[in-house]
Amino acid sequence: MKRFSINHLRELESESMFVIREVAAQFENPVMLFSGGKDSIVMFHLARKAFAPARVPFPLMHIDTGHNFQETIDFRDWLVEESGVQLVVRYVQDSIDKGRVVEETGYNASRNKLQTVTLLDGIEELKFDCAMGGGRRDEEKARAKERFFSHRDEFGQWDPKNQRPELWNLFNGKKNMGEHFRVFPISNWTEMDVWQYILMENIAIPNLYFSHEREVFVRDGVLYAKTPFMQLKDSEQPEKRIVRFRTIGDATCTGAVESYASSIEEIIREVAATRVTERGSRADDKRSEAAMEDRKIEGYF
Amino acid sequence: MDSSTYLDMELLRFTTAGSVDDGKSTLIGRLLFDSKAIFQDQLEAIERASIKKGEEHVNLALLTDGLRAEREQGITIDVAYRYFHTPKRKFIIADTPGHIQYTRNMVTGASTANAAVILVDARHGVIEQTIRHAYIASLLRIPHVIVCVNKMDLVAFAEDTFNRIQKQFMDFSANLDIQDVRFIPISALLGDNVVDRSKNMDWYQGPTLMYLLENLYISNDNNLLDARFPVQYVIRPQVTEYHDYRGYAGRVASGTFKVGDKVKVLPSGFSSTIKQIDFGKESIESASAPQSVTMVLEDDLDLSRGGMIIPIENGINQSQDIDVMICWLSEKPMVLGGKYALKHTTNDLRCLIKEVKYKVNINTLEKDYDDKSIGLNDIACISLRTTKPLFFDAYRKNRITGSLIVIDEATNITVGAGMIQ
Repeated sequence: MKRFSINHLRELESESMFVIREVAAQFENPVMLFSGGKDSIVMFHLARKAFAPARVPFPLMHIDTGHNFQETIDFRDWLVEESGVQLVVRYVQDSIDKGRVVEETGYNASRNKLQTVTLLDGIEELKFDCAMGGGRRDEEKARAKERFFSHRDEFGQWDPKNQRPELWNLFNGKKNMGEHFRVFPISNWTEMDVWQYILMENIAIPNLYFSHEREVFVRDGVLYAKTPFMQLKDSEQPEKRIVRFRTIGDATCTGAVESYASSIEEIIREVAATRVTERGSRADDKRSEAAMEDRKIEGYF
Repeated sequence: MDSSTYLDMELLRFTTAGSVDDGKSTLIGRLLFDSKAIFQDQLEAIERASIKKGEEHVNLALLTDGLRAEREQGITIDVAYRYFHTPKRKFIIADTPGHIQYTRNMVTGASTANAAVILVDARHGVIEQTIRHAYIASLLRIPHVIVCVNKMDLVAFAEDTFNRIQKQFMDFSANLDIQDVRFIPISALLGDNVVDRSKNMDWYQGPTLMYLLENLYISNDNNLLDARFPVQYVIRPQVTEYHDYRGYAGRVASGTFKVGDKVKVLPSGFSSTIKQIDFGKESIESASAPQSVTMVLEDDLDLSRGGMIIPIENGINQSQDIDVMICWLSEKPMVLGGKYALKHTTNDLRCLIKEVKYKVNINTLEKDYDDKSIGLNDIACISLRTTKPLFFDAYRKNRITGSLIVIDEATNITVGAGMIQ
């Protein structure tokens, strides 16, 4: 018998396509969460591949904090037009205006945590029974115990100690009325896999990931972009530096790194040599040892 | 790293099993650390946490214990997945806790593994938990088992201790169906024979653990002979350009399908020919496990999710009455005569539990024909009747078409993992 083998990226790709198709088959009204970051871009690319030549049979949903980099929004709108996918946007600002959440104050104010309420309200309002997210198990230790198919109760909460066992490739998406699922198709990918795959498939990504000149300032050892959403302390002096972003999130909690990497190949070399995790520049994870676990239990991405 | 070397990597999934305190977390920490998968900020975070807890050394177990309750109690509750790579392979570790009540996690981690790393404490030798770990590896048909005799530094790196444990293991595992078993004497704490060859055990001439993980031959682990394609989803683009397109999307479970192959579709039994195999926007000549593709057939047939495409000359078992080795995963005991939901490949159906044939004592591997009560972590041979015929292979021939899960209809929770006999 002839030996058949595929490289690990192709194997991960096939696994993710399988998971995305299971979602389309098992749920009535699924949605794919889209942030404009590389993980959700890759996830959406996999979805297009899974259903070609048909269109992706579910919409994208963007939870807009209002604190985005303009480049992210431009890229999102370009991708939506190019692919013909349906996009729904729910705004954290609306949740604030309705009094559903209260804006944080102070220098480290962020809308990151507030997104959870907007997300859960959006899921309830639009009656989504499954929300796919681009979370990866290598990102953070609480994520390492996440299932592909993650059950959420009627309050949208995650119960990490009582997760359904997940065996072979048999995914159990059964649920009661009012409950929903979070599904993570790229669970098994690492940051390096994502970059290699972007290179292999020639996937377009926002310019923020590439080296550029930007006004930044240092706070708690992290480089932040100077934006209207960030209140500067007197001691913080913005200056122009050559930077890029390893992750793209809310401008208030996403740090930049000094870098001259201006192509995917250069980014890959940089990622291979780096000794700090990509979330190392995310202020949202630094709030406490269990910051991610706490947000996930409440229903975060 | 050069981008082309990374593209040539194979994926190896392995599970680690050990009992409490036998150094499993240290071993995983060592593999991650020596392959540079632990980052500076992660190391600093666990250093801070170790100091806070008043521990003397940096506790590598804090890397793998992700949930607050685990850190507080110093135990691992759930399967944790870890990732690292070397220039040759990417590895996914399913790290499963060792205590007795977590057999269900071990089964979960084992279900997708190519290899199992079983840790034995050199001071204690083969104990009940070792037997249980080996039994589960054999039951779940993990193709390669690597027994690491750990803490060799605490037995003065003695060769006869290693040999005695190797013999103990071989003696009881003779009754098990393990295809490939290797033994390595290691010290996870000091790093002997994990990544670097030990300077303390000249008498051991075999490979290090990392060398073995990098070089296990895994391409033959899939069933290459019996081609199986469970249909997951039917693709029908609602656009003029593809007006007549009807594609069957799925992941090849085993074997290879080629354009032009004569095939049979189940459950109808009609035959057709493969007209086209699509992968994204391209069409390809053949598809093999584990590729996700879309097949187009020459004829318009009644085929949808839950159906299967198989080669015309290759038979598959078909029955409503099946015998299954089941591992019970729920605190709520199994109800004899009870009805449950069942998932098999892409099929959703229901089943009735007709009979408990025997229960396996997983510490002695003896069969008990009298005890019919099946509770959490029990493993038993049972008979099921399904609402419609199942198309299946024996689990020992095919891990995809031979596996099923049983679901409690009241709670929707997965309560049983079944391997078809």
